[in-house]
Amino acid sequence: MSGNPLLEVENLRIDLTVGDTRFPAVQDISFTIERGETFGLVGESGCGKSITSLALIGLLRHPLSIGGGKIRFDGREIQNLSPGEMRKLRGNRISMIFQEPMTALNPLSPIGRQIAEMFVLHKGASWREAERMSVEALASVRVPAPERRIKDYPHQLSGGMRQRVMIAIALACEPDLLLADEPTTALDVTVQAEILELIRDLSAARGTAVLMISHDLGLIANMCRRVGVMYAGRLVEERYADEIFQNPSHPYTSGLVASLPLLGARLKHGRQRLKEIAGVVPPVAAFPAGCRFNPRCYAATDICRGQDPGVTPLANGGLVRCHHHE
Amino acid sequence: MLTFIVRRLLQTLPIIFAVAALIFVLFSVIPGTFASSMSEDGRSVLDPEIMARMNKEFGYDDPVYVRFGKYIRQLASFDLGTSFRTRQPVISVIADRLWPTAQLAFASMVFAIVIGVPLGFIAALRSDSWVDMVSMVTAVSGLSLPKFWLGLMLMYLFALVLGWLPSFGYGDGSFRYLILPAVALGVAPMALLARTTRAAVLDIMNADFVRTARAKGMSERRVVQWHLTRNALVIVLTTIGLQFGTVIGQAVVVEKLFSWPGLGSLLVDSVTLRDIPVVQGSILVIVLLFLLINTLVDVLCAVIDPRIKYS
Repeated sequence: MSGNPLLEVENLRIDLTVGDTRFPAVQDISFTIERGETFGLVGESGCGKSITSLALIGLLRHPLSIGGGKIRFDGREIQNLSPGEMRKLRGNRISMIFQEPMTALNPLSPIGRQIAEMFVLHKGASWREAERMSVEALASVRVPAPERRIKDYPHQLSGGMRQRVMIAIALACEPDLLLADEPTTALDVTVQAEILELIRDLSAARGTAVLMISHDLGLIANMCRRVGVMYAGRLVEERYADEIFQNPSHPYTSGLVASLPLLGARLKHGRQRLKEIAGVVPPVAAFPAGCRFNPRCYAATDICRGQDPGVTPLANGGLVRCHHHE
Repeated sequence: MLTFIVRRLLQTLPIIFAVAALIFVLFSVIPGTFASSMSEDGRSVLDPEIMARMNKEFGYDDPVYVRFGKYIRQLASFDLGTSFRTRQPVISVIADRLWPTAQLAFASMVFAIVIGVPLGFIAALRSDSWVDMVSMVTAVSGLSLPKFWLGLMLMYLFALVLGWLPSFGYGDGSFRYLILPAVALGVAPMALLARTTRAAVLDIMNADFVRTARAKGMSERRVVQWHLTRNALVIVLTTIGLQFGTVIGQAVVVEKLFSWPGLGSLLVDSVTLRDIPVVQGSILVIVLLFLLINTLVDVLCAVIDPRIKYS
């Protein structure tokens, strides 16, 4: 095992091209994921979490494209790899689970075949061998009676089962990095816990690093060692998960933490309004000048409206992007 | 699977009955009889006595409900009646015309599929390129050209000016005679198929499962082969089935134009002469063909798409 981290993202920019104009949908994103580590990315819808993960796996499609920065995977820059080279990594060493298990599988193909494709593509297996391997893969994600289930079509499975199949596909080739883009958002709460546990167990057993993307801060805190908070295409804070909860630095992070409803709070304090962060994430073409969070920030002053805050290092390797960080 | 086919076939029975009733009502309320149509052109005058005798012979003296009862009883025993004009059983009159129409419809659909489907595929895979533009302009023009005009232009160019193909008629039934009418009839479904295929492929290219396939590390060619084609096929097949029916219906114009001895020209001639049994029989057979083809398409779709069988 080499000494360098598994994934280093440096000043990544993702452009949204509209006509002849390029808007930076994601800008100045830098973070590092160590081998076997689980890193979390949180933020509201539209803040650029998903497209960041798509950029890592080389799946950005027009009108989105990488506009600058570096993505180093296992010491090698991959942002400019040829499509053929990228395909060798994709699915094999970096794989991905998507948000919507209901539509992420081909409705006309038995699930066994969809898992088997991984072994045919990356391991050079024959279809017969691949089918046998897919039974094992299905068993590993705790699907009962896998040898019978491989013949099932996606519509015969529940949402949770389908997400298990997606996990089996993603982990089939024992990748080094798993990108999990809101893997439980579409599922029932009880199923959510099972799926998260599955991802945690399997990635730990295989030494797979995970980039967990979610808008659910509670989930991220539970799963991840370190967390990056994204807002309007920027990383505004990066800390250890427990620190971010106890002592958030960025006003946006504080807002997120405060907006988590607490179970039993009503019994103690009576009926109260749930906390929220007023306003919405601005669209890419209308990012405000200065700090992008300033129109919604309770602590905003003139400097926030005029000057873009740089990155300030915090204790313990944390980072924050705020003029008034606590 | 078998129960699915049987169920689909049984579902067509009420449709056939409804169509039969509709045709019967329609031709009972429109004015004119076989006898009156003989003197309609003004050149010949038919003796009222002969007219009355003809009407009696063909059963026009009976009230409508009696005639309808008779008609349905006939149908139940697969008897389509006797032609007023030729005094032959309608079934055999239609049987003679069925093969040329089948040839024409089949040939025009083959033309439409062989050109339209690949055109739509290429247009979608190269969407927004010049290939896409050219093929879609062709498709829209193909949809908007009136068939009789297109037929005349084809005749003019390939028969009159270039002299490559015969201008009209069935001739000895060889392939050369089939080409022009088949193309005239096939251009519209070709255009429609190209557009539908393009839309279907584009739609599926943006589907989540295609993104999954790409995330697996598949090349675009594999994505198309393994995941896209089958999914697009369901939509394309359905369109083909519907177009087959339209083609048989629209063959009426093309057959008349090219003097093609098919069901369509038989239908037009029989309507003019008020040869009602033949008209009813022809329409019923056309509807039957349409239902049959669509049942076949449904079955094929169920073979491809496992979700259909269970729903």
